Amino acid sequence: MSDAPLLDVRGLTKRYGGLTAVKDMSLHVRAGEILGLIGPNGSGKSTVMKLIMGIERPDAGSVRINGLEVAGQPAHRVARMGAGIVFQHSRPLHRQTVAENIKLALLPDKLTRLFADPKLDANVRAIAERVGLAAVLDRRPATLPFADLRKMEIAKAIARDPRVVLIDEPFAGLTSAETAAFSDLIGELRRDGRAVLLVDHNVKSVARLVDRVVAMYVGERIAEGTAEEVMRDETVRRVYLGGAMTTAARPESAFRDAATPFLAVENLSVHYGKAQALENVSLHVHAGEFVSVVGLNGAGKTTLFNAISGLVPYAGEIRREGAPLRGKSAAAIARGGIVQCPEGRELFVDMTVRENLDLGGQHLPTAEAQAQIAWLFDLFPILRERQKQNAGTLSGGEQQMLTIARALMMKPALLILDEPTLGLAPVILEQISKALERLRQTTPITVLLGEQNVTFALPHADRVYVLEHARIVWEGDPARFAAEAGTGYL
Amino acid sequence: MLRSATLRVLLVTLGLIALAALLPFFVSGYILGLLTIACYFGVFAMAWDLLFGFAGEVNFGPTFLIGVGAYTAGILDNLYQPPIWLCILAGTLAAVTGGVVLALPALRVRGPYFGLTTLVAVLMLQNFIVVDASLTGGEIGLTVPDVISASDAVNYEIALWFMAASAAILFSLSRSPVGLILQASGQDPVQAGALGFNVTKHKLVAFIISAIFSGLAGALMVFYLGSASVGTFVDVTVGVQIIIAAVLGGRRTILGAVLGAVFLIAASEALRPLGDLSNFIVFAIALVVVLIFPGGFFGLLTRTRENP
Repeated sequence: MSDAPLLDVRGLTKRYGGLTAVKDMSLHVRAGEILGLIGPNGSGKSTVMKLIMGIERPDAGSVRINGLEVAGQPAHRVARMGAGIVFQHSRPLHRQTVAENIKLALLPDKLTRLFADPKLDANVRAIAERVGLAAVLDRRPATLPFADLRKMEIAKAIARDPRVVLIDEPFAGLTSAETAAFSDLIGELRRDGRAVLLVDHNVKSVARLVDRVVAMYVGERIAEGTAEEVMRDETVRRVYLGGAMTTAARPESAFRDAATPFLAVENLSVHYGKAQALENVSLHVHAGEFVSVVGLNGAGKTTLFNAISGLVPYAGEIRREGAPLRGKSAAAIARGGIVQCPEGRELFVDMTVRENLDLGGQHLPTAEAQAQIAWLFDLFPILRERQKQNAGTLSGGEQQMLTIARALMMKPALLILDEPTLGLAPVILEQISKALERLRQTTPITVLLGEQNVTFALPHADRVYVLEHARIVWEGDPARFAAEAGTGYL
Repeated sequence: MLRSATLRVLLVTLGLIALAALLPFFVSGYILGLLTIACYFGVFAMAWDLLFGFAGEVNFGPTFLIGVGAYTAGILDNLYQPPIWLCILAGTLAAVTGGVVLALPALRVRGPYFGLTTLVAVLMLQNFIVVDASLTGGEIGLTVPDVISASDAVNYEIALWFMAASAAILFSLSRSPVGLILQASGQDPVQAGALGFNVTKHKLVAFIISAIFSGLAGALMVFYLGSASVGTFVDVTVGVQIIIAAVLGGRRTILGAVLGAVFLIAASEALRPLGDLSNFIVFAIALVVVLIFPGGFFGLLTRTRENP
């Protein structure tokens, strides 16, 4: 085994319009080594993976696989140079059997091959046995449990014997027993002498498997070392847990609706097909309270909010001021004053800032809408300057402010903010943070905030829930968070 | 399980073709004429299904390929009277050339834009035919001096066996490794690329194959009808009917497209006494089938076997 890295990435940069998603990123993986690439949502880690695989074209930088430059080449060339990828979401061929799905990955990229090489069937069987799918070869993907579908993706990725294997969120959606089995599979890739890159949200989920970890934040590398070193790293701790922060929680007893809180979620469970997105989640929010739900991407925050907004079917009960919301349409819930700012922002990008705001205030009498807009321009002064600009031309931070402002135009009783900090630079966070603080101090509004960025989520929160793998694992006031729940969060 | 289902489908298909080949002994020339058109329509629909059902590209302009093939063959015969087979070959080649010229830029754009490009191509072809009337016969249509045969039975047998051969080739292709790669490229192009497949190359080849069969069928149909007109070969409505036939029969099945084509022709004939209302009823039936049984006729026939 030579010491030259099988995968060598240097100075990789990717810009989308004005946003630099990846900036001067470097990393390398040697044969028989597993590298974890971690970073919070929006940090650019998935983009790095796509740039390596050739799914996106880098603006600058070099990607070498086995010493050969592949940066800028299309994915099928990169694949032939010896890279394979396991996607987090993929669409298998549903009309074909598992065997045929694996066989697909073994086919040569030729148009003349009208009959498959009979030897392929033996190869398919060998690969299936390796990943533990031999018993289900003749079944169709739709009839398989989720963990087997993931195994099928591994089988496809390693079918061509790639030297470099990229795996996106290896354990998302798996139970702990399945995770162990999947870890063994990935461990085998290391024993084969392949270079493995695992992309995930936090160190903890991949710590037992990786040899080294590179941490990313807003497109840049912030730390590298063993899992323990990275978990101890000051910058990493600040990114995930926030530095010394001041919290200003109001005690729960300060809210008068203790008996029937404004919003009560009781034993909420949601399934997406076979994957469980929420399991027996209960929480409540008092009128006027600021509650943060913190959890990594995939923990179930968006699902929780979508259930409250009436967008996904659920088991359990969601009550507003004691009355169940079940059966009400999403539109009725929103008109009733429970307004969600979705993670994807969903602005009308071809309309101006002003038009977006006017749309939010459609139901208000003109005078009231004018007053509300004036108040919002005071809250977010930058929006006043940008009034006539198309929403699509705003920076990410300005778009986020517009999303919040548009939701506030509806004069909500409860404002649900889903990941408002997604992909934003720290200076923008501060502006949004100040606006939220003003809302808290000067209005009777109730806020339910979903965040993975603890630095942002804690200072405003009166109470905090931690959501992990579809369950609430901690509840308490923000001052105790770092001490009690912090380590589990890294 | 899958193999026995496939085998059964093949046996049933062969039996049906054998029965169909005996039809000239039993039915009138008028019915044979309708069935001849249905056979060519079936090929159009199968060629379209290869592109949409497998490569995942919605071609709103199947009549662009058909029209180029038909008119090239017809115009050539009109001007120089070469042997008919030469005209048909030229028509096919022209359809392929036109298809490549269209597909190369069109495949670079994604999603609805591909469909829009193909639709615009049809409108351009239609305009060209109407404007350059001295060459194409314009709105009146083009009359060709030659036909393959004056006999209804011969024309019918040619169309039937041409359709059977096309079905055999396209169906085998769909079940071959190339068909598998095409499906993967259509359903998840990013992953297909990451598995080492040149997605654009495969889609382009699907387009070329679709063009070969569309152009060939178009040219053959000209020498059956003895004429070519915008209303029979190029109009957007014709394209929509082809698409309906393919979807009605069951997309991603190739063979289903033939069922859909026969149904469309038979239904509009059966409802002819109703006049203009007949088209409305046929389209309404198509809409209901598509909404309630998205698998189409073929999906209904094989459903019990596909989902035990």
